[in-house]
Amino acid sequence: MTDPADNVAVEFRNVSYHLNGTRELLHNVSITVRRGETLVLLGRSGSGKTTTLKLINHLLEPSEGEILVNGQSTREWDVIRLRRMIGYVIQEVGLFPHFNVARNIGLVPQIEDWPVSRIQQRVEELMQLVGLDRQLASRYPRELSGGQRQRVGVARALAADPPILLMDEPFGALDPITRAELQREFLALQKRLQKTVVFVTHDLREALLLGTRIALIESGRLVALHTPEEFLYSKEAMVAAYVDAFGFESDLRKRGQP
Amino acid sequence: MNVWQFMLHHHAEVAELTLQHLWLVAVSTALAVLIGIPLGILIARRPVLNKPILGSANIIQTIPSLALFGFLLPAPWIGERADRLAILALTLYALLPLIRNTYTGIKGVDPAVVEAGRGMGMTDSQLLWQVQLPLALSVIVAGVRVAAVISVGLATIAAAIGAGGLGEYIFRGLAMVNNQVILAGAIPAAGLAILADVSLGWLERRLSPR
Ligand SMILES: Nc1ncnc2c1ncn2[C@@H]1O[C@H](COP(=O)(O)OP(=O)(O)OP(=O)(O)O)[C@@H](O)[C@H]1O
Ligand SMILES: [Mg+2]
Repeated sequence: MTDPADNVAVEFRNVSYHLNGTRELLHNVSITVRRGETLVLLGRSGSGKTTTLKLINHLLEPSEGEILVNGQSTREWDVIRLRRMIGYVIQEVGLFPHFNVARNIGLVPQIEDWPVSRIQQRVEELMQLVGLDRQLASRYPRELSGGQRQRVGVARALAADPPILLMDEPFGALDPITRAELQREFLALQKRLQKTVVFVTHDLREALLLGTRIALIESGRLVALHTPEEFLYSKEAMVAAYVDAFGFESDLRKRGQP
Repeated sequence: MNVWQFMLHHHAEVAELTLQHLWLVAVSTALAVLIGIPLGILIARRPVLNKPILGSANIIQTIPSLALFGFLLPAPWIGERADRLAILALTLYALLPLIRNTYTGIKGVDPAVVEAGRGMGMTDSQLLWQVQLPLALSVIVAGVRVAAVISVGLATIAAAIGAGGLGEYIFRGLAMVNNQVILAGAIPAAGLAILADVSLGWLERRLSPR
């Protein structure tokens, strides 16, 4: 499929990534992320999802091929500017243990030298947006529950209002109820904010619920790229195997609705 | 006359020597902090410099203290005054724990946290000042603590080159074969060492993350 260039936020062109020139973690991946869509990277543990995200904000450099962000190769981007326009929700959160909630959330505005009062205002705004009680502002990450930490991670990524968001299993390790709640909030938020989101998960349900399109990754290869409906009913062996593994074939497929 | 009576009787001199001693330790430890921490940061960022810098600091540690005082004697300006000489020697000894702890402190910061900072778009110096150094601080203070405690002991030897301090009593007592006089130097020196250990140990715990 081809997209008009200005409709593309991120493009992978034949990207491979080798670890220290030996083990291949990604093999010849080509994919485009359209502006405003939520592209879900779905795949089992160790398939290369985090690696793919880190290539977008140039925490990793592709061994072969190139990644274009807003039409420019990540190799040519001023890496600091690139990263500041890409919000990043890190797997296992990655909050700064020595910063309280407010400082964690306000980090990117702070390094962008926003005035203090504007940072404060923005932090309050974001805490409300992600449903964090304002009393938590002075707490440290270790004093929060897992769900609260993940909300802080999301708020931090949104702080400087970046057009692109990378979310690495942002709702992992949560109880199903909290997870469902955060997923609903994400959908509502995304409707309002219209960011370009690359969302990593290994959970098929989450992928079907949140994704505009779903990219299935297996052992470092992009093996399928579908809308949620296409994905669910695909006859491709690897897609069907993933869907079956979630026990969807019995109930959902038969009923014919996701 | 027991040692307490001796110290009471000479309290002015005891106080003066203790202050001198404290001065030698404080100035040399401060200098070592000013030199050692930047060197530790440097080798954490430039691995090629790691071996030469840590190696040199290591070698200095192995030089017997009296010999080091002797080696430094011909140095211009420094060699002119005994206290300068003593401070230089003590500074050199204190460098190793500071360089090493700064280095291990920075290297010990959770790589995931550093990567998180990078991912947020922090520059190298923002990472250093806002993430690496704050998280390494307790390890660095542990280095200061080791350096200060070693310095208190080594500074007694500075009296051999006439730099003053509590070593005066120890050397005088040795010459006079008088245990009371030796103890009048050794007891306050031990007190200073314990003070440095406890206060910096408290600071270290205060600053340690988690
Ligand atoms: N620095 C590294 N050193 C060694 N192996 C690595 C490194 N980084 C990633 N890998 C390996 O590369 C593969 C892909 O890793 P990646 O983190 O991208 O997987 P993932 O899809 O995000 O998995 P998960 O769902 O468990 O987070 C894995 O096999 C992992 O062990
Ligand atoms: Mg991962």
